[in-house]
Amino acid sequence: MADTAKPKGRTAARSSGTRRRGRKDTSPGLADEKPDTLLDYYRQMVFVRRFEERTAQAYTQARIGGYCHLNLGEEATVVGLMTALRESDYLFTNYRDHGYAIGKGMDPKRVMAELYGRTDGVSKGWGGSMHMFDTETRMLGGYGIVGGQLPLAAGAALAISYRGGDEVVMCQMGDGTTNIGAWHETLNIAKLWDLPIVFVVVNNFTGMGTTVERSSAEPDLYKRGAAFRIEGERVDGRDVLAVRDTAARLVERAREEQTPFLLEAWSYRMKGHSVVDPAKYRTDEQKDEARSEENDPIALFGEKLTREGILTDELRDEIAASVKAEVAEAAEFAENSPHPEVSTLFDYTYATPVPNESTRMPADPVFAE
Amino acid sequence: MSVITYRQALRDTLRAEMVRDENVLVMGEEIGVFEGSYKITEGLLKEFGPRRVKDTPIAEEGFVGAAVGAAMLGLRPVVELMTINFSLIAIDQIINHAAKIYGMFGGQSSVPMVIRTPGGGGQQLGATHSQNIELFYSFIPGLKVLAPSTPAEASEMLRAAIRDDDPVLFLENLGLYNSKGEVADDYAEPDNDSVATIGRAKVTREGSDITLIGYSRMAMVAGQVAEKLAEEDIDVEVVDLRCLRPLDRQTFVDSVKKTGAAVICEDDWLTYGIGAEIAASIQEGAFDYLDAPVRRVAMAEVPMPYAKPLETAALPSVESISTAIKETLSAVGKRVG
Amino acid sequence: MSEIQMPRLSDTMEEGVISTWVKNVGDKVASGDVLVEIETDKAVMEYEAYEDGYLVKQSVSEGDTVPIGAVIGVIADSPDAVPEDSGDGGEEKHAAPPKEEQAEKAEDLKEAAEGTEAEAGKPAEPAGAPAPSGDDEAPRPRTSPLARRLAREYGLDITKIRGSGPKGRIVRADIEAAREGGAAQETPHTVEAKEEAKPAAEKAVTAPSFDDGRDSEELKVSNVRKVIARRLTESKQTVPHFYLRRTIDAEALKAFRAQINEQLSSTGVKVSFNDLIVKACATTLKLHPAVNTSWVDDKLLQHGRVNVGVAVAVDAGLVVPVLHDTDKATLSEISTRTRELAGKARDGKLKPQEMSGGTFSVSNLGMFGVDSFSAVINPPEAAILAVGAMRQEPVVVDGEVAVRNRISLELSVDHRAVDGAVGAAFLKDLAEILEEPMRIIL
Repeated sequence: MADTAKPKGRTAARSSGTRRRGRKDTSPGLADEKPDTLLDYYRQMVFVRRFEERTAQAYTQARIGGYCHLNLGEEATVVGLMTALRESDYLFTNYRDHGYAIGKGMDPKRVMAELYGRTDGVSKGWGGSMHMFDTETRMLGGYGIVGGQLPLAAGAALAISYRGGDEVVMCQMGDGTTNIGAWHETLNIAKLWDLPIVFVVVNNFTGMGTTVERSSAEPDLYKRGAAFRIEGERVDGRDVLAVRDTAARLVERAREEQTPFLLEAWSYRMKGHSVVDPAKYRTDEQKDEARSEENDPIALFGEKLTREGILTDELRDEIAASVKAEVAEAAEFAENSPHPEVSTLFDYTYATPVPNESTRMPADPVFAE
Repeated sequence: MSVITYRQALRDTLRAEMVRDENVLVMGEEIGVFEGSYKITEGLLKEFGPRRVKDTPIAEEGFVGAAVGAAMLGLRPVVELMTINFSLIAIDQIINHAAKIYGMFGGQSSVPMVIRTPGGGGQQLGATHSQNIELFYSFIPGLKVLAPSTPAEASEMLRAAIRDDDPVLFLENLGLYNSKGEVADDYAEPDNDSVATIGRAKVTREGSDITLIGYSRMAMVAGQVAEKLAEEDIDVEVVDLRCLRPLDRQTFVDSVKKTGAAVICEDDWLTYGIGAEIAASIQEGAFDYLDAPVRRVAMAEVPMPYAKPLETAALPSVESISTAIKETLSAVGKRVG
Repeated sequence: MSEIQMPRLSDTMEEGVISTWVKNVGDKVASGDVLVEIETDKAVMEYEAYEDGYLVKQSVSEGDTVPIGAVIGVIADSPDAVPEDSGDGGEEKHAAPPKEEQAEKAEDLKEAAEGTEAEAGKPAEPAGAPAPSGDDEAPRPRTSPLARRLAREYGLDITKIRGSGPKGRIVRADIEAAREGGAAQETPHTVEAKEEAKPAAEKAVTAPSFDDGRDSEELKVSNVRKVIARRLTESKQTVPHFYLRRTIDAEALKAFRAQINEQLSSTGVKVSFNDLIVKACATTLKLHPAVNTSWVDDKLLQHGRVNVGVAVAVDAGLVVPVLHDTDKATLSEISTRTRELAGKARDGKLKPQEMSGGTFSVSNLGMFGVDSFSAVINPPEAAILAVGAMRQEPVVVDGEVAVRNRISLELSVDHRAVDGAVGAAFLKDLAEILEEPMRIIL
């Protein structure tokens, strides 16, 4: 079990430690990396950042409804994890899923259209922010109930194992999930049944407003697979290359060894739990820390690439501009996509039609002529 | 035709479906080595091996959810929950996931799975093991809820459930496992394609005086009530709901239009129970045909006691249902014995 | 922005026709301005605005019928305001039931109301009804829905059937017994008759079929026409009519009229024969209160006031404005008032209260050269007088054949309220009064 950059205790007194970690560069060197690949990671991260900012804006303009949770601050984790997967691998996530959906290969336009609740949305407007889904790119859903996706992911891994396939399932979740029953039941079953699955705990230190220390008796979350003999590792989730390398290693081991692994990736949640959360439970110091450049994965990676001469100011601006344009295009696409017709209201209750399915509207009599 | 038990109909049909379709696997507690708490999976591990007959840990949420996930990838898991009481531990996976995935993602992924589970009191199992909470699942769009009452129906409905692409809660009953009935000679053949129509109720006995409505064990009891009352010259029409969702209202409403009176017998509690929905449907669909208020015969509203006399008193019976029928009929001026 | 809904402008109104939009789209509207004229089942009524603003939308065109509560227009603060309109077709469909459905619902409500209220509560049309005498308080019989439906189908009066169920509930068995035994059934109750007529009427509405080989087309029917059809059908089917005929010598009446009109010449008032007959009827009704009655819901109501209705034919159909307290009015008052009401009737401007409360009616077709005819009683009145043309006829007077002016009268009487002899005595006195016309005003 690795214990990199252990984020234990997040009191103000210890935040200097975090800063020290930020300064100390323990991430993989860039010697063996292709500059284009690195720039691609950078662009993807910027894309997630810009996409989420645009999402927040659309939310406040009431173009997006419901709950809306953003990946701001965990762009490196998102991109690193998605890079570690093959196209044929499956992904299950929680409700903070926009970046993962894009990272797994979904068209950002259709992700935005889903946020807008339109027919061109990946789930045809039936899911919204929390429920991105696409069989083609094998992102099998963002789920809104904490822990709900864990048994499902294990089941997908069971199906792979049942058929002798070589795909792996990645199951993303937040730090709060490690306390729910489904966590324990699923990890136990996954190990018991030798399922090819990597559980990824994205630790932003706060389950909504409750810190890990206040909710987990064992706050070193990567250790929490130990009871099931599941190997766990922790990675600095602000570092896209570290995430990619660690995740890729565990994914390939799961594929080879047909057994589950646990990965904890820590990073900062830059904003509240959701768009509408002012995060008043955080002190100003904590807010500053979450938003500081030292903890901003994009700033960190950008600085690194600049140092190596891979990212020039020109290139940075060019990427920013093209990302901005593409995100604007996604928003425009979403805006112009039609709302679902009310006539389709009963299209997705059942896959196999049977007699007496109800198609009654609220005020309709039960026995319509 | 041969006469077999409800239990055997289930077991043999399950086996036949496993032979027919490689994607069918069974999962649950004690279904393999132990061969099933109620022996529905007897012999299956021996025949199909541990890959397709998966003993699970005692983790209903985990393995029901795993079945949902496996179904999303195209397997057709048949999960056994030892009793419906344990479904409460898996209820998030059943209601928030199995029932929602098809709609929530705009029809991209169906969930072709079956949850088999027995309900039923009357076995002195006490408060937590004697409940009939199929109502919880019957309430949920996206689920289909079947409740066969005879061996033949059990066979044809299980086949239908396994072949259906939606999550099906398949309600069995401890009081039915040993009941016997006729089945087709080829009921256990893998190539048997006689599949029940999900979403249809059935008039299982025609009569003219009153409509008696039940499902699962209560449909069987309703048949017994009708036979008994026939001796007293009371002509009871029996409707077996068979499927609690979708609910076939037309069949029982048509029956009530014919007889003018209805009694519902249910193994669950009265308040907000299945019978409440049936009664509401009757008043809406057959208002002008009712000659008496609809009566419900349901469990006494207490946590089920262990002591036998108390348990017996709390449950609907042939006698209590007969009484309700006679009272209803006397109120409409029909002679009752 | 506020919606104007089809108002309820009469007690029996279920739907209304937009007769004329007085305000056009874009017009400034002040509270109290007449917005629209609406034809109810009884009359054309002016409908005023409740608030200031601009009429920005007329949702219903002139000549179209919509049920009470349906939006007919929109008033907004600004003339340029765009009324919220049908956004999504599908949503709209579910939000607002189609007109037909609403109308049917209104019909159902009406039927239900008629089924439960005592008949006295329902004023007859076109004339009004006597005040209910408390019998609408009568408890609704305890009955099963099935029994109620069967009673309706068999045309049985459920209030006359004794229930054998719990607490006297009437159940199917009681209805079947009543049907077989004939029980205490008398004439089918009007409620049942109406209910029975309903399915057929509905069929006509929902599935009009004019492919009858007669090259027919459906004409637009006014509410007045519909009410006439319904009420007179009800009258002819449920009121047992009998008829009394008598011809009077009108010479004296003629002379009397000439004399009065000469006296009134300066006032511009001209009394007609019909005015004289109306007044004579009022005078006779005072002498025969038994005719000034109504049979309603198994009860006989004696009316304290004498209100004679005068049938007036207008384009929309027959209406019967009522001269209240006819017995107390002078001939010139009757004359003036009748012309006024007839004018309003022709313009469709009669107010409901001007058509209600009648206790007797006079129908005169003499001007069309009709010799005599039998009129249909205007429920819940007990009688109606049909007046034919005045004709010169050879008659034997004092043993000699003479040519005299004569008028044929025919009285239609509700046998439930008035027996033959009572009706005959009334007609005898009426005839004698008309032949000695001074008695009209005495």
